[in-house]
Amino acid sequence: MLHTGHPTRRGVLGLAAAGAAIVLAPVPASATLSAAAQAAVDRVRNNRTPQEGRIVLRAPPIAENGNTVPITISVESPMTAADHVTRIHVFADKNPTPDVATFHLTPACGRAQVDTRIRLSQTQDVIVLAEMSDGSLYMTRAEVKVTIGGCGG
Amino acid sequence: MASPIGQPRVRLPAQIRAGEVIEIRTLVSHVMETGQRRDQSGAVIPRDIIRRFEAKFEGQTVFAMDLAPAISANPYIAFQFKAERPGRFEFTWTNDAGESRSVTQELKLA
Amino acid sequence: MRSVALVGLGVVAVTAAVALAQAEPPPPQRAIPNPVSGREFATPETLAIQDDDFLNPAFLWVEEGEQAWNSVEGTAGKSCASCHNDARETMRGVRARMPAYHPRLGRVVTLEQQVNICRTERMGAPALPIDSRPLNAITTFIALQSRGMPVNVDISGPARPFFDKGEAFYNTRRGQLDMRCGSCHEDNYGRYLRADLLSQGMSNGFPTYRLKEQRVISLQFRLKGCVNDVRGEAPPMGGEEFTNLEFYLAWRAQGLPVESPSVRR
Repeated sequence: MLHTGHPTRRGVLGLAAAGAAIVLAPVPASATLSAAAQAAVDRVRNNRTPQEGRIVLRAPPIAENGNTVPITISVESPMTAADHVTRIHVFADKNPTPDVATFHLTPACGRAQVDTRIRLSQTQDVIVLAEMSDGSLYMTRAEVKVTIGGCGG
Repeated sequence: MASPIGQPRVRLPAQIRAGEVIEIRTLVSHVMETGQRRDQSGAVIPRDIIRRFEAKFEGQTVFAMDLAPAISANPYIAFQFKAERPGRFEFTWTNDAGESRSVTQELKLA
Repeated sequence: MRSVALVGLGVVAVTAAVALAQAEPPPPQRAIPNPVSGREFATPETLAIQDDDFLNPAFLWVEEGEQAWNSVEGTAGKSCASCHNDARETMRGVRARMPAYHPRLGRVVTLEQQVNICRTERMGAPALPIDSRPLNAITTFIALQSRGMPVNVDISGPARPFFDKGEAFYNTRRGQLDMRCGSCHEDNYGRYLRADLLSQGMSNGFPTYRLKEQRVISLQFRLKGCVNDVRGEAPPMGGEEFTNLEFYLAWRAQGLPVESPSVRR
């Protein structure tokens, strides 16, 4: 059976040609995390209550392959000596272990934005916590879909 | 024997003006063995990852990253830096065994 | 008189039969006359990695390949550069026309095999195992020198029988799932196999950095995977069947720009 037109991914999914990762809609903080991820978050929280906002997590809504998922994290901050992001923590809710990365920033960074590529073993939430120089804490989480491919994964 | 840390690549923009916030991109060849995989005989392949990346400017650490096995092989790390004066960068990748590899790069202002 | 005429006719008939046997077989028709590269079936995030020579991890292999190109190895005390000088000039277009018929060996050879022929025959260096990192590094470096040039393999003359064998392999159902290559890549490209969007299986992007394997892979490594995926027994990489299949696949992609080193899932 031959196709007269050839549907391409962009056609099929209606994606813009010049698009990169999209900003994921945050998952409500009340949704339960795995025990391991919750423990990791609690260690960072250290009894502080995380606030919402300020953190933007960019990732593909559906990962082409769970082995290499590009992410960009931006945190709103003037990055001055008096007011800057000190650490950004990334956790994966359902990976074999929740730790993904901790970024250590200084005012010399000028902007709180980091990019890397991560491994996700299945569809799950990626959790980001940002610690500020004044001791305040921000948190966001969003789901990245990881599928089992048809061609042997 | 720990897996080798390959020759890292670092990219700074070509033209940098004083006061500009630039993106610094790095890529290094490394298998980032998670410790979750098994070999043909069923034995666990031991964890062997780059666990730390550090960027120093004129001897001061300006950015660092702690990596877990959940960072993909051939780790890509990009971060931002406010270029206020020219100087020397030193980037260092360190693995689980404590071995490290560094590259230096001059930051010049246009 | 009549017997002479009959003999004459006989000679003409035999000559005509011989001439027909030696005539070039008609060029085959492609099932997909206007092929589309695998990049059209990839996500924007994956393409963003491919389209930036810094972000593309395959360039780590390119750098290793370039170092190998300039390194002396083997009993003859030569490097690739000793004979081939600057690859940017001398290797331009090479990957675009591989696999190719090798007149002395009397068979079609892939780029990987040609590298090993040079190594063993001219450098006195051992052959590199198929799909090994050092070999993939060299072939990726060489393939880069053809980037953007149209795939242009020559299937005519003595190459044709190898092409025919590759085409036959492509169209033979195999494995427990009893599928031929075309079952996915001709009959169902553009549709989803679980969560994978099936491409046309064009090889113009190989060697490629495969996200799943987190390394650069050769085409024949992927072919082995495809046969495994239909639960068949794959013939050996570097062997006759896959070499002929690779030849056929190159012709299938004729005209597409070489995209190596691409990034694929």
